[in-house]
Amino acid sequence: MSALGDTSTSGRIDVRKTYKLYIGGAFPRSESGRSYRVTSSKGAFLANASLASRKDARDAVIAARKAFGGWSARTAYNRGQVVYRIAELLEGRRAQFVEEVQLSEGLSKSKATDAVSVAVDRLVWYAGWADKIAQVLGTSNPIAGPYFNFSVPEPTGVVAVVAPEDSSLLGLVSVVAPAIVTGNTVVVVTSYSRPLPAITLSEVLATSDVPGGVVNLLTGSAAEIAPWLASHMDVNALDLAGVQDPELSAALEGEAAENLKRVRRPGGSDWKADPGIDAMTSFLEIKTVWHPIGI
Amino acid sequence: METGQDVEGEPATSATSAMFDYAPAPESRSIVDIASSYGLFVNGEFVDPTGGKSFKTINPATEEVLAEVSEASEEDVDRAVKSARVAYTRVWSKMSGRERSKYLYRIARILQERSRELAVLESLDNGKPIRESRDVDVPLVAAYFFYYAGWADKLEYAGFGTGTPQPLGVAAQVIPWNFPLLMLSWKIAPALAAGNTVVLKPAETTSLTALLFAEICQQADLPPGVVNIVTGAGATGRTLVSHGDVDKVAFTGSTDVGRQIAKSVAGTSKKVTLELGGKAANIVFDDAPIDQAVEGVVNGIFFNQGHVCCAGSRLLVQESLADDFLARLKRRMATLRVGDPLDKNTDIGAINSSEQLAKIRELSGVGEAEGAGRWAPPCDLPDKGFWFPPTIFTGVTAAHRIAREEIFGPVLSVISFRTPAEAVEKANNTPFGLSAGVWTDKGSRILWMANQLRAGVVWANTFNKFDPTSPFGGYKESGYGREGGRHGLEAYVR
Amino acid sequence: MRRFLHGLPGVDQVGLEARAAELGTRSIKTSAKAFAIDLAISMVDLTTLEGSDTPGKVRALCAKAIRPDPADPTCPAAAAICVYSDMVGVASQALGDSGVRIASVATAFPSGRAALDIKVADTKDAVDAGADEIDMVIDRGAFLSGHYLKVFEEIVAVREACARPEGSAKPDAHLKVILETGELETYDNVRRASWLAMMAGAHFIKTSTGKVQPAATLPLNLVMLEAVRDFRDSTGGMVGVKPAGGIRTSKDAIKFLVMINEIVGAQWLDPDWFRFGASSLLNDLLMQRTKMRTGRYSGPDYFTLD
Repeated sequence: MSALGDTSTSGRIDVRKTYKLYIGGAFPRSESGRSYRVTSSKGAFLANASLASRKDARDAVIAARKAFGGWSARTAYNRGQVVYRIAELLEGRRAQFVEEVQLSEGLSKSKATDAVSVAVDRLVWYAGWADKIAQVLGTSNPIAGPYFNFSVPEPTGVVAVVAPEDSSLLGLVSVVAPAIVTGNTVVVVTSYSRPLPAITLSEVLATSDVPGGVVNLLTGSAAEIAPWLASHMDVNALDLAGVQDPELSAALEGEAAENLKRVRRPGGSDWKADPGIDAMTSFLEIKTVWHPIGI
Repeated sequence: METGQDVEGEPATSATSAMFDYAPAPESRSIVDIASSYGLFVNGEFVDPTGGKSFKTINPATEEVLAEVSEASEEDVDRAVKSARVAYTRVWSKMSGRERSKYLYRIARILQERSRELAVLESLDNGKPIRESRDVDVPLVAAYFFYYAGWADKLEYAGFGTGTPQPLGVAAQVIPWNFPLLMLSWKIAPALAAGNTVVLKPAETTSLTALLFAEICQQADLPPGVVNIVTGAGATGRTLVSHGDVDKVAFTGSTDVGRQIAKSVAGTSKKVTLELGGKAANIVFDDAPIDQAVEGVVNGIFFNQGHVCCAGSRLLVQESLADDFLARLKRRMATLRVGDPLDKNTDIGAINSSEQLAKIRELSGVGEAEGAGRWAPPCDLPDKGFWFPPTIFTGVTAAHRIAREEIFGPVLSVISFRTPAEAVEKANNTPFGLSAGVWTDKGSRILWMANQLRAGVVWANTFNKFDPTSPFGGYKESGYGREGGRHGLEAYVR
Repeated sequence: MRRFLHGLPGVDQVGLEARAAELGTRSIKTSAKAFAIDLAISMVDLTTLEGSDTPGKVRALCAKAIRPDPADPTCPAAAAICVYSDMVGVASQALGDSGVRIASVATAFPSGRAALDIKVADTKDAVDAGADEIDMVIDRGAFLSGHYLKVFEEIVAVREACARPEGSAKPDAHLKVILETGELETYDNVRRASWLAMMAGAHFIKTSTGKVQPAATLPLNLVMLEAVRDFRDSTGGMVGVKPAGGIRTSKDAIKFLVMINEIVGAQWLDPDWFRFGASSLLNDLLMQRTKMRTGRYSGPDYFTLD
């Protein structure tokens, strides 16, 4: 069976991609030096992906925290533009993604094409929310007294995400985009069995003006890594959207309770469906400000 | 007599320059009828607890026993949840929003009608001054019911997505002792407006106004089972929160218990909101409107005896102003009147329980031991009851325990800062994030500070203001979810 | 001057008014109430400042000031009567050696719009006629256009005109400076004007002429009491406060006294340091006093209308 990018028809020896982690805008291997075999849905060898360790997770949280101040301080307009650029670059490289999704998930070409298209469109949809979510969630509250009072949404901080296992690109985009467009930074444990689109996506992120540290992608085992993120005291929220095992999900939620993380529980797995705004509101805090009105 | 001269040389003038002593001004207790014992309120009636256990509730100002309150057993909690479920399925979820709103309006009206009675009862059971329960707590309680009554038939406009938001079902609600009736209104009003039914457990030291509220539900002809009140202590609360047939848990109380609750619902489908502790920074810049800032700081920590989750318990004062501000603060504290909660001139009432008093004393002792300077104005404290004078600690640094841990009493830690960035850094350097105060005359700085402060409520040139339209809740370990405003509905719909 | 005045701390209207309202919730009963009523009576500057004032009217006022309650000689006398400068002579005769003082308005009261030498002459007139106190108005036009030094120098000039030669029967007249708070509008302005007046030598700062609303309110009293308190802390000098106009009921008056008690302290609870500029207030105080004494609600027929 051929590995990715094999052009055996011409007989040329191709230069195969090494799949590394994406942390702080850079592509390090796992500090543990481990890797694991990634196979296609049919069992053929695709690549060796880095197997992220808890220390990689630790480093990713540090990078995410470092990036949060700058990313959340950008104007909403700017964040929207950055997310839109991700969509542009993803569109531009769609052929590569279609191939990777096909191989990883065993989809037909048309279904893989569809998944990539929806992923691009979803990025565009979320990009448009950047400078509007505050208008939908924000309020001016009519106090019974001489006070001006307004409520605004603010990003919660560093969000640890367990990405969907099956939907390697569309599902991934659907959990990353809402968190970052609202100003959060993310540490993502990607699909274990289908990590390759995630790492290729990280190349897109690195070239689309997303500041280093805003998105950090760790290929590896959720069962191994996620508990370290769930218990991490400098992680503000936990998105369990991709967790299929209810016991694991319950355990992670329990760990998260130690520092009162905001937890988004696993939901449906129809990633093509309209997501609503729950993925954004789960990681937004409402801040209310008062000031007297007087001369 | 010349002005411009020091007045020391003046002979004493007439006897009228004697101190103005206000004379006792007690609010009458006779307006409220306290029964000798109370049952549980389940399915629209007061019933005896199975197991027949009960406990006493006292007046913390005098230590007299006010009444016996039932302790709900597991069976009682189960019965209450069942009755809430039946009421939900058969009656409340079938009712239109408009009809629900009318019940809530009725309740709001009766709360206003019986407001004096409720205020006196709250002061007797909780220890807070009658002036506060009369002028702040009870009016806000009615206002919250009025506000959410109006949402009940407008949920589709609340901005939660397309279609009409649906209720969750049965809500389990556990509330603390610091604002008993107010916390009840924050929980019950939005839950009912959104179409849920509730089982609420008041704090064991302050159950009486919740039980009077139950009577008001009867007077409003609220369908049985829509509101259930189960009294009891920690065990009852745990039972309620972990009951399998509860769709939603709402808790206000300590961060420790909040953490336990979050753990206990992990892996279930129960939705949870938590309103937990705080250690808010009240930040005063050297261009603050200084007399109002002093008032704001005093109100921020001594209102309600400091038993406030969003209390401004850390004063962050700009170093260039610190000496002057501290002198004014002490002078102002010396005019605070500690005493009988039912006296209309009392500013600071009783500490709610002997346990809480012990905690306050302990942490104050720690403050002294760690080297902070302790000061309180001279106070005549009564012999019986639980009392603590308004106290400040100066020379406090971030490493001191009294700068980090919530004391939940009338104790202020005074910390200085030099620049706005430093103030933000110090204010945010805490696992809590409930509220913050900013005092400055400069508009751009107000907005900059509001942006930077990691707190769910930012009070600028004011403090401790509440309104049913204004969302309230914390960042980080102060909890999650918001109560009040349009956002307060979110916790009760899907 | 401008730098100093504008460097004073600002006043937040909402916070200030809330504090004033909170102080107004103090419940003053029984012995405290009796004390307060008598104190308030002894602080009244019984006032008539009408174009239609005549010697007859002024004499009637003086009689009332000396003996406010015709039925009860134990009732304290008022602190002073307050009249236009051309009535001072009449008042002087009517008051004799009763101890009730004569306050005269001067300096082109109420508008203050006249040349300085005219205002000074007006003052001297009143002093020569026997006034114990001069209630002057500041030049609000100058204040609001930022000419603070002009305002300051006028007060100094009027204070000089209050002086009496060495060995006179009476000491120098005391100067009350009327800020006319209704025209200053903002509490920040009131604070600044208070400081300006005190630094220029005022013995008392006074809210209003009574001809412009709002006149004396509790929040204004609060700002001015804070100013005299801070002035004393800075300089050691004590200045009195006189709210004037709009105080009609005993309940209101007692709120002012509570405020003094809690903001500046008992030293100001004395007619030497606090006055009410009022007319109808006195009868309400008398009615309340009578009710406390007799247990019955009283009626206006039992008190004189002068």
